[in-house]
Amino acid sequence: MGLEGLGTVATALLALGLVAVAVALSLYERLGLQGDIGVAVVRSFVQLTAIGFVIQFVFGLENIGYVALLLAGMVAFGGWTSSRRAEGVPRAFVLATAAIGVAAVVTVGLLLLLQIVPPTARYLIPLGGMVIGNSMNTASLTMSRIRDDVSEQRLKVEAALALGATSRQAVSPILKASLRSAMIPIIDSTKTVGLVFLPGAMAGMIIGGADPLEAVRLQIVVMYMLLGSVSIAAILVGLLSYRSFFTPRHQLRASLLK
Amino acid sequence: MDGAEILKGIDVRVPEGEITCVVGPSGAGKSTLLRAVNRLIEPTEGEVYLAGTPTSEIDPLELRRRIGMVFQLPALFGETVEDAVLYGLRLRGGKKADAGELLEKVGLDPSLKERDPQDLSVGQQQRVSVARALALDPEVLLMDEPTSSLDEAARRRVEDLTQELNERSGLTILLVSHDLSQVERVADRVVLLVEGRSEGEWGKEEFLSGKVDNEKAKRFVHGELE
Repeated sequence: MGLEGLGTVATALLALGLVAVAVALSLYERLGLQGDIGVAVVRSFVQLTAIGFVIQFVFGLENIGYVALLLAGMVAFGGWTSSRRAEGVPRAFVLATAAIGVAAVVTVGLLLLLQIVPPTARYLIPLGGMVIGNSMNTASLTMSRIRDDVSEQRLKVEAALALGATSRQAVSPILKASLRSAMIPIIDSTKTVGLVFLPGAMAGMIIGGADPLEAVRLQIVVMYMLLGSVSIAAILVGLLSYRSFFTPRHQLRASLLK
Repeated sequence: MDGAEILKGIDVRVPEGEITCVVGPSGAGKSTLLRAVNRLIEPTEGEVYLAGTPTSEIDPLELRRRIGMVFQLPALFGETVEDAVLYGLRLRGGKKADAGELLEKVGLDPSLKERDPQDLSVGQQQRVSVARALALDPEVLLMDEPTSSLDEAARRRVEDLTQELNERSGLTILLVSHDLSQVERVADRVVLLVEGRSEGEWGKEEFLSGKVDNEKAKRFVHGELE
């Protein structure tokens, strides 16, 4: 650990030459992206190095409690990021954190229960990170889609309510559309995996010297786990967040609409 | 309650079996008044009565089945016209009704029920939305500028239908309109709203003659209040 570890990471900076291509393209075509690229390069280096040290530290502790603590922190950060993207959705932070947390606990818990992966930091942190990251994106997408659609389709929602529909019945087409759009990307990438691209986890394992079939086994676990967790997060956040746009008397909250 | 105060000092009676038109300058709160009647919005204070019962004591879902509503645009649901007409009934999975019969009630060919609602003209769609409200056999029908998106011919048909429903089955109708010639064609009574307040209620002839003891009503009839 320490300076030696930092030295290891620093050799990655040699790959900065590739970033220069992106910067050159941005400048040449006047895309105005060089500032963003700079921020992205610095942030990714700092964040990844930091989490690398954190993970290494947690590995050293050999205590599953710290792993759980780290994952809980990631869930909260994921909930916060998600709620910032779903501006205008009441209690978005609480809803997103709850949905991401449940998705992580259920899927990772099931993997442990079925003894598909061992209860070690080496498995739990990367797998948990993937579940949390994907659930976070799903939560953001689902909440923003519901927020936008309820505003855009206000007339349809009111027409259904006026016919005696409950809030749930009136919002049901919107809920379905938002769940579909949140789940389609992960379903599509699950369909094409291995044909069009090799996912990061599997590529990493193969590069790291693992047996390709062992890498495949883990990747299959990862894909199924992500399908499950994304579905859980989408359904939970959908069912929880649409309620915020209605009163208990099945009325739209007009002040929340755009 | 959300947002600004839109309605205040409202005291309006809607007599059973009549067509009452709500008129007023834009932004007067006409649509808000209609939505307070079937409780799509919750009044901060005051009470709406339906046949003597405060609507706050009626379950909102039950209330909305007893008070039908037609909007500015049809907003039909489902893949066929039949689905669209029976939407309200099917929400409860309750009694069956004949979509063809309901279509006939609104002057449409019953064979249209197999069609995709989106293939119909907007005027036809609007009549389907009336049939959809009638399917629940309401005591009162609210109509929020139901002809504002229709052309002249379709507008006349919806107006005729409105009168027919009232005359044939004594349906009580509360209709928001921004068009005095429409008021002349369909109304029995007129309520004038200005800036969220009711200025009064008059018989149609009295109101349109402009011979009323209300300055705002006179100015509105003469087109001086926008």
